[in-house]
Amino acid sequence: MPVEIYKDKFTGTVREVILGATKEQGGTRAYTVKLGGSSTLPFLFYEGEMPNRPVIALEVWDIKPDWSSAFEPYYGDVWNDPVAWAKKAEKYGADVIYLRLRGADTELENSKSPADCAKVVKDVLAATGVPLMVEGPGQPEKDNDVLQAVAEAAAGENIALGVAEKDNYRGIAAAAMMGKHCIIGRSPVDINILKQLNIMITEMGVPIDKVINDPLTGGLGYGIEYSYSIMERARWGALIGDKLMALPVVCLAGPEAWRAKEPNAANEDAGPGWGDQKDRGIMWEAMTAAALLQAGGDLVLMRHPEAVKMVKKQIDVLMVPNKY
Amino acid sequence: MAFYMIGERINGMFKDIGEAVAKFDPKPIQDWAVKQTQAGAAYLDLNVGPTAADRAKSMKWMAEIISEVSDVPIAFDATNYDAIEGGLQAVNKPGALINSCPNERAKIERVFPMAVKYGAGIVALTMDKSGIPLSADARVAHAMELVAAADEFGVPTDSLFIDPLILPCNVAQAHAPEVLEAIRQIRTLCDPAPHTTLGLSNVSQNTIDRSLVNRTYVVMAICAGLDSAIIDVNDETMVESIATAEMLLNKSIYCDSYVKVFRQR
Repeated sequence: MPVEIYKDKFTGTVREVILGATKEQGGTRAYTVKLGGSSTLPFLFYEGEMPNRPVIALEVWDIKPDWSSAFEPYYGDVWNDPVAWAKKAEKYGADVIYLRLRGADTELENSKSPADCAKVVKDVLAATGVPLMVEGPGQPEKDNDVLQAVAEAAAGENIALGVAEKDNYRGIAAAAMMGKHCIIGRSPVDINILKQLNIMITEMGVPIDKVINDPLTGGLGYGIEYSYSIMERARWGALIGDKLMALPVVCLAGPEAWRAKEPNAANEDAGPGWGDQKDRGIMWEAMTAAALLQAGGDLVLMRHPEAVKMVKKQIDVLMVPNKY
Repeated sequence: MAFYMIGERINGMFKDIGEAVAKFDPKPIQDWAVKQTQAGAAYLDLNVGPTAADRAKSMKWMAEIISEVSDVPIAFDATNYDAIEGGLQAVNKPGALINSCPNERAKIERVFPMAVKYGAGIVALTMDKSGIPLSADARVAHAMELVAAADEFGVPTDSLFIDPLILPCNVAQAHAPEVLEAIRQIRTLCDPAPHTTLGLSNVSQNTIDRSLVNRTYVVMAICAGLDSAIIDVNDETMVESIATAEMLLNKSIYCDSYVKVFRQR
């Protein structure tokens, strides 16, 4: 007797958001990426479609970051050169570059001006061919000024601007609309606020197919289970027809993973059975990214090139259709 | 998962609409079409009422003038199926509703193929020539025959809105709980389940606080599985109650603007 596989039936689909623009589309990117588009829970091809492979973004800062020495062999020579760093990221397999303009932080001594930031963005775009996401310093006023300048400098490139939050979205939404860019909306692991934010952003006039969501995930060992259930709930809502939850999701896998003690601890400070720091850190990041992909991440932000290799391999395997 | 509100206001039984129909004055009809559309109606009920000299002609005219100001599909509310067909031809696009058809073979044979031809849904009533039964079981028995008829004529069950018929509580109070039980059972008849709907305002005829009775009963019925109702969509408190009931049933994710979102179709 044949076994009948129980299948859920869904009525909703996650909206597709396109990042980047090629020459024909008014930009200069070598290609565009499509985020979202799923009509099933992640990788369950027997219940619906998952037309777009999840995407990996690599993180680039405009100043030297306070990262673990584990990154020294990969990026040590480009810490102070975001353009060279971005080129390296592209070489390491980034589908997308996620540029964090931390140098514009007003607390810093030589805080970068909006014009400085716009130049970095322009130079990174000129040196690379991958779609770009740009995050401001996270201070409402500075974000507005910086992202306004960035939006102008990147006109036509269809980049993503972030990060819009409940109390800091108007200026970013205005910049995104002005430059016809995408916008990243984030809420602190709270889908009720995330949905409300999507409403507020779209009410300002940003087309809904330009909105990407960041549910703010935890790293492995630090609340990733909670992030998982929040993301699952949001995806479930999307699949049963909640259009304001049906937006592609980005997850900060790298930054969250490397915030923990475990990937960073030197061998002499490590607990029993932790193993060598070199492998441990890479595994910590790769495991975080893998879990977030299973939770429904459409784009994972990563840091370590070796972890990227592992996650790409993982995606290859997961994308093999499993239709029954 | 959505709740389909059918706006009841374009009905010749209301004085302003009745006068507009008699005089072929489009304004009051179009005003209500716009008002109900803005309030979130999924369908606009169109009932010519008693004042028209030629009901078929008036139905067609009303359908045309409503379509000029609103994209919301019309629920053609009449017992004269030729008049409804004239209306369906006038709007000439799928997605309308035929309101209504009882469980009587001759009427089913007239209405169901017409629904298929025009891509329309059907409000199907759980009654026949012998009238409206009291018990939930008898209502469900009618519903089963209507679902079977849908299958026979090729009407998708997703286009079937079964109305288990609520009566005024001050004359037929015993019907209210039976209708709730019928809704519960009708939702399990097939997959995908047929929709269920009610001519809600009927429940409160001649009661002291109609709005209170209406919104309380609609929430009870939603809890039983009701996913559509012919209502006063401009009764804000009621629409807020419906939106809240839907949210509390976990059909959409909570956000502070959930009532507003509910109204945006």
